[in-house]
Amino acid sequence: MIEANEPVTALLAVNNIEVVYDSVILAVKGVSLTVPERGIVALLGANGAGKSSTLKAISRIITTERGEITKGHITFQGQDITNESPFHLVRGGLIQVLEGRFVFPHLTVEENLLVPAYVRKVARSQVRQELERIYAYFPRLKERRTSQAGYTSGGEQQMVAIGRALMARPALILLDEPSMGLAPQIVEEIFEIVQDLNRKEAVSFLVAEQNTAVALRYADFGSILERGRVVMSGNAAELSANEEVKEAYLGMSGKGPMSFRETKRYHLRKRQFAYRLA
Amino acid sequence: MEFFLQVFVSGLLTGLMYSLVAIGFVLIYKASGVFNFAQGSMVLAAALTFVSFHEMGLGFAVSIVLTLVVMVLLGILVERVALRHLVNASLITLFMATVGLASIVEGLAQFVWGGEVHGLDLGIPDDALAIMGSFTVSTFDLFAAGIAAVLVTGLALFFNKTRTGLYLRSIADSPVAALSVGVPMSRMLAVVWATAGIVALVAGMLWGARLGVQFTLSVVALKALPVFVLGGFTSITGAIIGGLLIGAVQNLGEIYIGSIIGWGLQNWIPYAFALLVLLIRPSGLFGEKTVVRV
Repeated sequence: MIEANEPVTALLAVNNIEVVYDSVILAVKGVSLTVPERGIVALLGANGAGKSSTLKAISRIITTERGEITKGHITFQGQDITNESPFHLVRGGLIQVLEGRFVFPHLTVEENLLVPAYVRKVARSQVRQELERIYAYFPRLKERRTSQAGYTSGGEQQMVAIGRALMARPALILLDEPSMGLAPQIVEEIFEIVQDLNRKEAVSFLVAEQNTAVALRYADFGSILERGRVVMSGNAAELSANEEVKEAYLGMSGKGPMSFRETKRYHLRKRQFAYRLA
Repeated sequence: MEFFLQVFVSGLLTGLMYSLVAIGFVLIYKASGVFNFAQGSMVLAAALTFVSFHEMGLGFAVSIVLTLVVMVLLGILVERVALRHLVNASLITLFMATVGLASIVEGLAQFVWGGEVHGLDLGIPDDALAIMGSFTVSTFDLFAAGIAAVLVTGLALFFNKTRTGLYLRSIADSPVAALSVGVPMSRMLAVVWATAGIVALVAGMLWGARLGVQFTLSVVALKALPVFVLGGFTSITGAIIGGLLIGAVQNLGEIYIGSIIGWGLQNWIPYAFALLVLLIRPSGLFGEKTVVRV
């Protein structure tokens, strides 16, 4: 969490990047954003707005999907990482938790956690200690450590995915849609842990999320993406107080439940809102 | 009864020889989802390299070590020259690359070492060991079975006890996730190809001793294909069990069915048998069951 009077230095700076898939599909059209040191930044927007593409462009996983950054550049801890390999980024402290969790289903929960520890070349005597550090944040994983990860619940898989990323001792975690397919209570639990990690381990987060309400509650800053562009960004508190954000993303018209006629107007206004900002 | 046992057991042992080649298929398939058409050529190349070193007057152990080095280098070379540039290519492209590789490896091996038939004597006698009555087992087959057991144990330890093994299992599970947590993908691919090369060396020495080291050695891959399919593509245990089954079925079929409908069954019966099993178990005997939470 960032204190109000603390000087803000950028841990990650994304400058006007364009992402193109298969050399023709333009998914991200000039996105800029910064993640401050020890900050939580929410990347918001609807399906297909370009949130995942932006995250994958940063972590360079985009290359496995025939995507590339055609314009702009990305710096992390002051260094240009626009053309780094994922392998070097992870070792440098930047790791992504993929949308849909992507645990190793046939490995046990503990083996899942061990993979990045080995990437970091943790000494054999240190491994236990590293695992305990993760289990302290996710006690449930300790109970299930010998289960095949594919058979654990959705919430537990999300915990495996975050815990696994944490094993790499990152400075920044790119967290893609942590709430996907989870019960509201579990979503809340996941975000509590994110906040906890941010405070105690000084890990910064860039969270792509469709659940605007929850994300803004835990984030310091937010950026809203629409059709590949940032249409609004700012302080999380300001964003959640903004009337247009409230109406378009938080489902609050300020006038209580809406009638059918009002919903039609609502969709029209939402479109206008998007165009005005774009 | 003794005759039946004779046919059955020698079938099992022949089958294990197929398994040795099939294990090479499994390794590459597990790591990259690709059927390595070049495995047979690698078997030939390994055997040819070993024999040639040996005929140059080098000792047995020295020749093995040198051939091992050659096969590991071949694995690294394949990754550097071909696979690295095909990272996002479709599976059929990768498959075609292995077809090309098969020609290159086979051609290169014969270009360097020559195309004539070499004898390969491992110093293991091929005697009939009497077990009971007229039931005998070939000592060479027993030796080959022992080697297979050692190889499988070694691979199991490698995959389950080492850090590299855990990397390889994670890649087999989810390549994207492995990439996202920083597993060195290209290095691991080289490791897998090098391992497949070592397996090819073991298979090449045993098959070479059996058939002589010659051009047709790469054709044993065709014998190993139904074993690989039957075992379920991704399981080393499957390759072993599949080999035993195919070997037994092939021998028993040849003797008992062949006498009724005519000889020469051993070439197609393994395929027919694999097909039959696939109809009942589409993912093979030990094929990966997809872990799905409901």
